Amino acid sequence: MFQWRSEVVFVGVLRGLALLSGLIVLLILFFLLQESLSFLQTIGFLRFFKDPAWHPVSREYNLLPMLWGSLLVTAGSVLLATPLGILSAVFCQYYAPAAIAQGYRRLIELLAGIPSVVYGFWGLVVLVPLIGRLHPPGPSLLAGILILSIMILPTIALVADASFTAVPPEYLRGAAALGLGRWATVSGVVLPAAKAGLMTGVILETGRAIGETMAVLMVCGNVVQVPESLFAPVRTLTANIALEMAYAVGNHRAALFVSGLVLMGLVVGLVAIAEVIHQEQIYD
Amino acid sequence: MTKLAVLNKVFPMRWRGSMETFMTLLIWSVACFVVGVLLWLLSDLIWHGMGQISWTFLTTAPQKAGRAGGIAPILVSTALIVGVCLATAIPLGVGTAILLVEFSPQHSLFGRLVRLSLEVLAGVPSIVFGLFGNAFFSKTLGLGFSILAGGLTLACMVLPILIRATQEGLRAVPNDYRRSAAALGLSRTATLWVLLLPAAMPGLSVGILLGLGRAIAETAALIFTSGSVDRMPESLLDSGRALSVHIFDLAMNISGGEANAYASALLLILSLMVINAIISGLAHWFRDSRIQVI
Repeated sequence: MFQWRSEVVFVGVLRGLALLSGLIVLLILFFLLQESLSFLQTIGFLRFFKDPAWHPVSREYNLLPMLWGSLLVTAGSVLLATPLGILSAVFCQYYAPAAIAQGYRRLIELLAGIPSVVYGFWGLVVLVPLIGRLHPPGPSLLAGILILSIMILPTIALVADASFTAVPPEYLRGAAALGLGRWATVSGVVLPAAKAGLMTGVILETGRAIGETMAVLMVCGNVVQVPESLFAPVRTLTANIALEMAYAVGNHRAALFVSGLVLMGLVVGLVAIAEVIHQEQIYD
Repeated sequence: MTKLAVLNKVFPMRWRGSMETFMTLLIWSVACFVVGVLLWLLSDLIWHGMGQISWTFLTTAPQKAGRAGGIAPILVSTALIVGVCLATAIPLGVGTAILLVEFSPQHSLFGRLVRLSLEVLAGVPSIVFGLFGNAFFSKTLGLGFSILAGGLTLACMVLPILIRATQEGLRAVPNDYRRSAAALGLSRTATLWVLLLPAAMPGLSVGILLGLGRAIAETAALIFTSGSVDRMPESLLDSGRALSVHIFDLAMNISGGEANAYASALLLILSLMVINAIISGLAHWFRDSRIQVI
């Protein structure tokens, strides 16, 4: 009997811990909302799009340039990293000898483990001067796209690799029996069969690219403007928060929390979509 | 079959051979390019950073805002932040994982909700954790810019990673263990302590190391929670500068800080590599021990 009672207490404690873990997301949401509420009530969401410029000190809150910055950097890096990542995974699965494939996988995992501040630093001291020589000033949309591409490439490569592993071997044998070449097999059989997994990978890398802060903060130049070319500096939503949180007060601070809320909404939405695709794939 | 027909139309047989050759070349060059970028990055860090790292660099305080001197206080702050993070996240995470795997039915509402919330938590961008930590720990709880606030913020961040790995470790323990223990009349709590936790140890340690890796790599969540004071911290309520924040500050705000930034970045990468190596070693052990069990 004593044993049983101790078990009840133990499970109660575990439940408490689990509840706490589960509540963190709600806590985050609550505090983001609480901090941004004053802004949304007194100034309104529309001012983010209608104000003439981003001058929080003189009460002008146009976030559009930052939204464009985030959008362009993300789109560019996803466009660049997706083919590279998928071809990397194809290389691992169908082209490389086993030993090289294993080594290459390790390398991709290593790439995934490098902290974003190190990518940013490397981009700042190596990539930015190179771009600057090509077309001044250097810190630019292009630099952000390149660095982010390298950063999100492991995400898509590892997810694609896993979904290629899940392609039934009979498909490959069937393709071989038809006398298809390697690439014909990959493009005609493997890629369509792994479509859902690849989609998940693209969504996950997009989420990572939107939420990334340090690397883009360090290489993009952070000028508030809608960029006119690849070589123009931009500022993303995340960089804007990182740059201005240190001295923001009142409505300015609230505006930054609203952009945090927007970011969280975007990323959580993407994760949810990926989860739905994943579930459908399982129950197919 | 229709796809094959389309393929035949788009690439007639006589082109097929050269297409194969072209794609083989392209795929190998993509692989070489990715390897090349990684080697470029690593060799650049080693080339510029290696000469700077020495015993004095590790054991002296920074001078002239970090341009000269070492990083001793920064290492101490980093260790304290990571320590606070793990000390909070491990009990919370392991407890949650045990409840989800051992003590809650697969489809119970509570379990499903907690799992869902953890999945969302895993997707939250680090800068948002920074905002949250600043609003909750620093402002509402009144911890200010402190090591405690930074460590607690990081704990929220690594929690999903830790829980997922511990869950996998527990799930890998065969159900025969649980049945045998029940047949011997052990209570479920006793089974957990003497049987399941030891058996799930590799998964748990992988989780802790993954969390540790994520914690020391993090920058954006720390700038507004633990701050960037580079003095030696005297208590957990002091502001302390983490190694990653130090790299950021030297690179962006201090002209002439490059050399020390290189050294710090190299040190950060090296410690992450060590952690990675231990993880893959543990993963091997994990696999081997599972084979023995079956």
